[in-house]
Amino acid sequence: MSENAVIKLSHLEKSFGENEVLKDINLEVSKGEVISVIGSSGSGKSTMLRCINLLEIPSGGEILYEGKNIQDKSVKLTEYRAKVAMVFQQFNLFNNMTALDNCVKPQMIVLKRTKEEATKIALEFIEKVGMSAYVNAKPSQLSGGQKQRIAIARALSMNPEVILFDEPTSALDPEMVGEVLEVMQDLARSGYTMIVVTHEMGFAREVSSRVIFMDGGYIVEEGTPEEIFKNTKQERTKQFLSKVL
Amino acid sequence: MNFFNNISNILDKYTGLLLKGLGYTMLIALVGTVIGLIIGLCTGIIRTIPTSKNKAVSIIQRCVNALISVYVEVFRGTPMMVQAMVIYWGFAFANGGNTLPLIPAGIFIVSINTGAYMTEIVRGGIISIDKGQFEAAYSCGMNHFQVMLYVIIPQVMKNILPSVSNEFVINIKDTSVLNVIGVMELFYQATKIQTMTYQIFETYLVVCVIYFIMTFSITRLLRLVEKKLSGSNSYTICGSQSDPNAEIRVKEGQ
Ligand SMILES: Nc1ncnc2c1ncn2[C@@H]1O[C@H](COP(=O)(O)OP(=O)(O)O)[C@@H](O)[C@H]1O
Ligand SMILES: [Mg+2]
Repeated sequence: MSENAVIKLSHLEKSFGENEVLKDINLEVSKGEVISVIGSSGSGKSTMLRCINLLEIPSGGEILYEGKNIQDKSVKLTEYRAKVAMVFQQFNLFNNMTALDNCVKPQMIVLKRTKEEATKIALEFIEKVGMSAYVNAKPSQLSGGQKQRIAIARALSMNPEVILFDEPTSALDPEMVGEVLEVMQDLARSGYTMIVVTHEMGFAREVSSRVIFMDGGYIVEEGTPEEIFKNTKQERTKQFLSKVL
Repeated sequence: MNFFNNISNILDKYTGLLLKGLGYTMLIALVGTVIGLIIGLCTGIIRTIPTSKNKAVSIIQRCVNALISVYVEVFRGTPMMVQAMVIYWGFAFANGGNTLPLIPAGIFIVSINTGAYMTEIVRGGIISIDKGQFEAAYSCGMNHFQVMLYVIIPQVMKNILPSVSNEFVINIKDTSVLNVIGVMELFYQATKIQTMTYQIFETYLVVCVIYFIMTFSITRLLRLVEKKLSGSNSYTICGSQSDPNAEIRVKEGQ
């Protein structure tokens, strides 16, 4: 398993001053896996994702991408980040660009694709998320669910190896959650490697290949959805699940 | 009446000088504001570079940031008239009495003075941009320069446009202090005309009106541009994400 791990976290630690948020995180993610990360608020889920993308600098341990330590001098941070896309809770579409440009410009800037090539790729993914009618809309003209679908199209347009989702549906009105989850489900089936921090237990149970429960900066329990939801071993996991299910 | 005769006489006889003065005033103010803005954008980009993990680089970064702060404090904390004298005569002092050509010297002085204010304006503009914009851009794989150039600065420019226009208008007025080093801007021409006519009040009144016409019309003009750039007048301020009919649309009044 270790050889084909796309991402491997080994003894990952992160502190903010005195506050130890991640204590000893060990995780291997293989190609094509869909991993749901669950746990109560403040347990360090976002921090773990942000460390993987180096939006936060780990305080200890290692993050390996295809076997290479991403903090090594030999790994170019911008190239690495282009391969690991991130979808944010607050969408974070570029406010100065149309929906289409949000998907086109990063390809041109980072991957040096031509405008035609980038547009073709972007339109393909915008269609995939069902947003073709809105290519010329500015972010301020889109609803939350529409923004998040464009954000997903933007991530896909970079042809990433891994996509990180940080509570992609938590900022949405309940009616909008479905359309975004549907897109994500579709991606999971197409074989994308995904790490999804989520409070959508339905998604975790039905779509993910593995579920991880985090608490207090540790991965307390991990396993298949069946193992986590039906044959829960740890007391803390049981407590958490009893509250959210 | 004597007064009106004097005025029309000044306008008639010294049109050339007045226009020349006005031209230099506008040139120095405009170029100075643009260069000042460029200085402000550069310092803004430099100041927001994430601290390097490399010790040596991070020390250099700290020094550069400290230098920028000193620059801002010094140029905002002293009068531009004094800056003009110090720079102009300082250059002459260091170069064996050779002075700078006047117009470039004027542009230089206004530029670095404006740059100090623009540095603060741009800084405020950058701070007001949501952190998520930076994070999304970085997470796409953009480097700091690309993040600033393609994502942050365009949004900053839109936000700070009113302050930038304001700086331009201030500069139209403040170039008048350059007369102390002999730059032939509008105020300098007034001092010259005044020695020829002996009509001190009338001369400065004419110049005063010219300044006002310039600042007033440019303020109006830039406000129009701001309106154009801020896009459509109707926008959604709140409402339901799912039900388009529940959206509250606001039409901005004129
Ligand atoms: N930038 C930061 N500075 C200081 N503390 C932070 C920062 N980001 C997160 N934290 C702290 O880390 C803890 C875990 O946060 P987070 O990873 O966002 O949790 P989760 O996503 O599981 O809700 C929280 O206690 C939070 O206050
Ligand atoms: Mg979180």
